[in-house]
Amino acid sequence: MTMHLEELHQLADDRRRELEGFAHHILVCTSLGCPKNKEIIAAFRQALTNSEAGEKVLVRKVGCMGLCAAGPVVLILPEEIYYQKVAPGDAAEIVSALGREPVQRLLLPSDLPFFTRQYKNVLALFGRIDPESLEDYLAAGGYEAAVTTITRMRPTEVIRSIDKSGLRGRGGAGYPTGLKWSTVAKAQGKKKYVVCNADEGDPGAFMDRAILESTPHALLEGILIAAYAVGADCAYIYVRAEYPLAVRRLKRAIREALRANLLGTAICGSAFSLTIQIRLGAGAFVCGEETALIASVEGGRGVPRPRPPYPAEKGLWGRPTLINNVETLANVPGIIQRGADWFAGLGTEKSKGTKVFALTGTINNAGLIEVPMGMTLREIVEEIGGGIPGGHTFKAVQTGGPSGGCIPAEHLDTPVSYENLSALGSIMGSGGMIVMDETTSMVDIVTYFMAFSMEESCGKCVPCRVGTAQMHTLLKKFQTRTAIDDDLTTLESLCHLVRNTSLCGLGQSAPNPVLSTLNYFRPEYLERITGPVDPCRQEEKQ
Amino acid sequence: MNKPRLATLWLDGCSGCHMSLLDTDERLLDLAARVDLVYSPLVDCKLYPEAVDIACIEGAVSTAEDECRLRSVRERTKCLIALGDCAVTGNVPAMRNTWGTDTVLRSVYLEREALAARIPTEDLPLLSDKALPLHTFVKVDFFLPGCPPSADTIFSALTALIEGRSADLRLNTGFGT
Amino acid sequence: MTAAQILTLTIDGKHVSGLAHETLLQVALENDIAIPTLCCLEGLSNQGSCRLCMVEIAGTTKPQPACVTLIQEGMVVITQSENLRTYRRTIIELLFSERNHICAVCVANEHCELQTLARDLGVDHISFPGRYPALPVDASHDRFVLDHNRCILCTRCVRVCAEIEGAHTWDIQGRGIRSLITADFNSPWGQSTTCTSCGKCVQVCPTGALFEKGRSVAEMLKKRPSLPYLVSNRTREQQ
Repeated sequence: MTMHLEELHQLADDRRRELEGFAHHILVCTSLGCPKNKEIIAAFRQALTNSEAGEKVLVRKVGCMGLCAAGPVVLILPEEIYYQKVAPGDAAEIVSALGREPVQRLLLPSDLPFFTRQYKNVLALFGRIDPESLEDYLAAGGYEAAVTTITRMRPTEVIRSIDKSGLRGRGGAGYPTGLKWSTVAKAQGKKKYVVCNADEGDPGAFMDRAILESTPHALLEGILIAAYAVGADCAYIYVRAEYPLAVRRLKRAIREALRANLLGTAICGSAFSLTIQIRLGAGAFVCGEETALIASVEGGRGVPRPRPPYPAEKGLWGRPTLINNVETLANVPGIIQRGADWFAGLGTEKSKGTKVFALTGTINNAGLIEVPMGMTLREIVEEIGGGIPGGHTFKAVQTGGPSGGCIPAEHLDTPVSYENLSALGSIMGSGGMIVMDETTSMVDIVTYFMAFSMEESCGKCVPCRVGTAQMHTLLKKFQTRTAIDDDLTTLESLCHLVRNTSLCGLGQSAPNPVLSTLNYFRPEYLERITGPVDPCRQEEKQ
Repeated sequence: MNKPRLATLWLDGCSGCHMSLLDTDERLLDLAARVDLVYSPLVDCKLYPEAVDIACIEGAVSTAEDECRLRSVRERTKCLIALGDCAVTGNVPAMRNTWGTDTVLRSVYLEREALAARIPTEDLPLLSDKALPLHTFVKVDFFLPGCPPSADTIFSALTALIEGRSADLRLNTGFGT
Repeated sequence: MTAAQILTLTIDGKHVSGLAHETLLQVALENDIAIPTLCCLEGLSNQGSCRLCMVEIAGTTKPQPACVTLIQEGMVVITQSENLRTYRRTIIELLFSERNHICAVCVANEHCELQTLARDLGVDHISFPGRYPALPVDASHDRFVLDHNRCILCTRCVRVCAEIEGAHTWDIQGRGIRSLITADFNSPWGQSTTCTSCGKCVQVCPTGALFEKGRSVAEMLKKRPSLPYLVSNRTREQQ
């Protein structure tokens, strides 16, 4: 079967008309964060069979609506009424209120800053479409960008457009995406690969999981455009096995796209072909590092190798390979559709567009958000996040997970960008933001992250393998208040060694939590230098 | 001018480092002329004196008593030398650290002993959990690794310290051998 | 094969030249500029994991490993600086603190690259607390012993077995600080079905982790000059 743009539009129109036939839509979040969603959907269906208006109402399962703290969330369309913490027992009441006064006790005001202050590109279709329905995605304008690209644009035009948009890698390092694409496109060799890094591993980060679970087709569309641009006919999605729902939806999406000839050979009648395969990772954090990821896709041990050569030149099976993170690729269809200038018009001078953050920790509105780059941390934490619960005060926000740092209250007015965060001793990372209040001990947090890095070190290079273990031992001494003066000096010099000599990014960034807290919260370390118990003095006392 | 006051101490080690010191042979006379040996397993003095200039310590810290002695030596000594691998790294005494003192004691005194098997405790300080190098507990000014450090090494180190040439002390000695 | 391009560069103020495919380490060694290494061995592939050969290259912010960095025209390289010496000493100290290295009672005493490097770099004590892991000794093989206590995970054994002997008996199990050299799928060495008992791994081991049975303290001399000879002969055959 060959699909042309017209047929695509036909399918989309059909689905739109079908959806318009219903007076109300009940959208139920079915992401991992909203429990009991199956029971809730069943309860709604049951309630509708008992209601006269039943046939005019459509219950749809959708992806993440963002405000996980209020979950399970239900959205009523076209009224745009959000209900929070919905239980199966509430279904009948919500159904009977359709078209009338909403159920006040469950109401989640839609004019909250959480909703109004966000600006969505990647999350635009989150909570609006059924992740397991290609038609839903098409009806929302999906694949329009990919088909236009493949059938009407030259690869160089696509790359120029991405370059002009200013998009940078959302996996953490912030490498200019357009530059990466053009390097792979120019690389020697007929066989090239695209690899999507969906090995999200930072504690507290779940942006990629949400994308895979909520709009899997958007990722496939991004991969399609990327593969066309760099000249690859084979793509891999490396996703961790701990995301079973994401894997299931992704597999389904690939099957749907294949059936519609949006993947496979001669896509939409063009000369372009692409297969996408899924590779499951066993959850090793280091496999998020691109060379380790490649080794793992090839079936080897997931350990990094020295760069250069970079994957763009010699990647998967020695071929030029484009590796992009999920969120980076999910940004692409929007850029193609709305234009590079639109994207470049958002954000700061060097950090363009929007960024998805996973807001967690001691914060009222924990969940998934998307904001333009350049929004201040204060706006994110206090307005969108709704501040700190329980009368506590803000102490620090941790960004970038085990590779990032802790940013204290005095820097809350910093606009979020790659440059600003690294100037503060942290990193953008993949977008995890862990908010901490005054009861949190920085030494505890850092010890936790160091334990994580130590556990996840692959063990190949000495500074990371032994350095993280020794840093952890030193931090434990601070935690148990048995540290001595020299320990602080040793810890700091060890941080510099591990940062400057480790083989890959895991080791190079593992000291960041320590260095940033030593910078902003040094007294917390100093007050724990009390030395070990001296047995001689003890005997004297007795 | 007063002669520098020298002390040597023997913690958990085989006394090989002290033997190596004695191996300096006729140079011992030279040393004896230039220092006052105020405390040592080699001289009859029960209490560690005050105001010692140089102390050479052999052996790892294996008991609470070792630790107390080491700490009081540190308080009364200007320059503390870790003499030999046991004092520097723990070396052979530290081989028990892997399995734990209890396991080792049981294996030596109970499981391999046919007659009157018992772990000796009378008049003996209790072994601590681990045998550790000196610098785990106190600041060490100079490390002389080697098992043992050669007589030449010990002699050059001591003469350098006596003559106040300690800053550029760089000796050809390392772990083991 | 086309003639390789000759590049010129400066190492420690000395003007040197090399071929385009050569590494900094190769060119430095050819010119008698000593750079410490532990994982690297002539005849084996380089993996850049011990991080001892880190050097400073003008124009880069971080030190780079000489064993996997290809030379470039006009490169200005410094192999000795206070920073690099500190890094190298610390890496040696980390290795000593990782497992149970008791030089005095080791078969490789005085023939050990780790021990020699510690002495050369002036490592006179270990600032980090010893981790003292309880690690096994595998003496199940007829002729050889693997003592994990002395292993520094340089993977020379893994590489020589896979790349030169072609048996790939050795590999690594576990990760991070819990990594261990392992035969086949974690079987005792003596029961390995792939090991040819060639002993190459024993010869390339920089420490006393792999040794011949019947050797006592300080008796283990490593015989490895045949390796580059073997490799160069094979390469010639293939051409």
